Amino acid sequence: MQQSLTNVSVRALSRTKQAQTYVALEEARFMRRRIMRSFMVGLLGSLTTVAVLILFIIVAYTTVNGIGGINLDFFTQIPKPLGQEGGGIAQAILGTLEMLAVGAIIAIPFGIGTAIYLAEYGAGWFADTVRFSLELLASLPSIVVGVFVWALVVRSFTGFSGIAGAIALAFIMVPIIARSVEEILRLVPNSLREAGLALGIARWRVITKVVVPTVLPGILTGVVLSVARAAGETAPLLLTALGNEFFNFDLSRPMGAMPLQIYNYAISPYKDFHTKAWGAMLVLIVVVALFSGAVRYSMRNLRRAR
Amino acid sequence: MLANSPVLPERTDIIQKGHELETRNLNVYYGETHAVEDVNLKFSPNTITALIGPSGCGKSTVLRSLNRMHEVTKNAYVKGEVLLNGENIYASGVDPVRIRRRIGMVFQKPNPFPMMSVYENVIAGFKLNRGAPKGVNLDEIVERALRSAALWDEVKDKLKESGAALSGGQQQRLCIARSIAVEPEVLLMDEPCSALDPISTLKIEELMQELVKEYTIVLVTHNLQQAVRVADMTAFLLAGETRVGHLIEFNTTQQIFDNPSDGRTADYITGRFG
Repeated sequence: MQQSLTNVSVRALSRTKQAQTYVALEEARFMRRRIMRSFMVGLLGSLTTVAVLILFIIVAYTTVNGIGGINLDFFTQIPKPLGQEGGGIAQAILGTLEMLAVGAIIAIPFGIGTAIYLAEYGAGWFADTVRFSLELLASLPSIVVGVFVWALVVRSFTGFSGIAGAIALAFIMVPIIARSVEEILRLVPNSLREAGLALGIARWRVITKVVVPTVLPGILTGVVLSVARAAGETAPLLLTALGNEFFNFDLSRPMGAMPLQIYNYAISPYKDFHTKAWGAMLVLIVVVALFSGAVRYSMRNLRRAR
Repeated sequence: MLANSPVLPERTDIIQKGHELETRNLNVYYGETHAVEDVNLKFSPNTITALIGPSGCGKSTVLRSLNRMHEVTKNAYVKGEVLLNGENIYASGVDPVRIRRRIGMVFQKPNPFPMMSVYENVIAGFKLNRGAPKGVNLDEIVERALRSAALWDEVKDKLKESGAALSGGQQQRLCIARSIAVEPEVLLMDEPCSALDPISTLKIEELMQELVKEYTIVLVTHNLQQAVRVADMTAFLLAGETRVGHLIEFNTTQQIFDNPSDGRTADYITGRFG
């Protein structure tokens, strides 16, 4: 090649060189891209692992610290006076259950009613405004709800009371129910609505007797999800239910609740209280996990049934 | 199929119900879109009329406006008149719910209520409404409707099973049974066989020939052979350049297919387009 150098072949050579450099460059780029890709995937994987690991650490740590505090007394006894060992948080468990139940009874009609309105009737700017407001309400810091209910209900009407706590929890539940149930109602194929309408059945009957029953499991799921979320809320109860160390079924008086009990025990200086706080956290985590598991399970069945 | 099933006593002296449906300058709109323009059709009592035409010609739109089902679509409205036995169903003060009760509809895809049994599906028109009129035996209604829909023999032992468990063709006949259980005056069928296999299609077609003795039937179909097989009258619709559907030709099925008066009809039925 070198013997027959002409202008043409020089150009050809330089072109070959260019091509070679280009190939080399391309290869280097490819290598760099490969290394970069391995690095980024590794990074994303580690970030994901850490994010999930935190959950496992929380659960493991809570279990280790709390399991010792859980026994029969824990579920059946009220707290012993300061300084005495033993006792339980039965009044807090009871209070949580009662306020969740009353809160759900208040929230369900508003939540489901809103969902039906949005999915079946709502259109235009009003529905959009409602949806946006629900989004906002759902992401509102829960202490805001607590203070709001304190100002509106506790201060003017009931004083610190179970009912005020239940109202605050209902505020938490309504947007969750409304949004999830609206999504679920939209899963109902339009052909079913048309089948009902074509039989000469009024629209509201089609909704209540065809649409809602068809996705009833999904609607229950939305409700359960909202109750699970409300079960762990502390801030809305601090200024409303206040907490109670004794059994109280009376909604008009201060009421114990598990998150409040955890809070009070956690900030106390006593080892026994700390163990009980961990135990209560463990119970809460297990309950919420069970709820979520049931929801995932029933949603899967619902999708499969469609 | 039908010949073998036992004939109910009522069948021997069929009352010619004689319900007539007519459109006058029917225009249908979806918001800004003008879907169908100036359709004038007359559906005579106890006849099957087929609406044919390429996709998008507005035949389903016309059908859905005959029992005010198109109103379910947002922003849809109608100008002109639809007369049921001379009475305008679009007159102010007419309740669309009652109109749909008198003009039943069967859809393209079988849509039995999945949460209900076969039995409940048939009486859904009563059950979901104010309940059956007093003194009416629901069992009788279910049996009569299922017999009329040529489904009784196949499902009489599984009345309590879910309607969704039946085959596609059975589901469609169940939907027909559900429609005729409330004894409408007119039956609208929107491509009732397009989701079915040939055997089920044949059964539905035989069924239509029976049902026409009691009902006025309007049938939308993509299947020209089906129109030839079952329809007494055929209407050809076409959307021109403007995408607005027009009625091109309306005549007896024989005339339309043997001797169409419009070139476009001829082109369509000979498969030159669509």
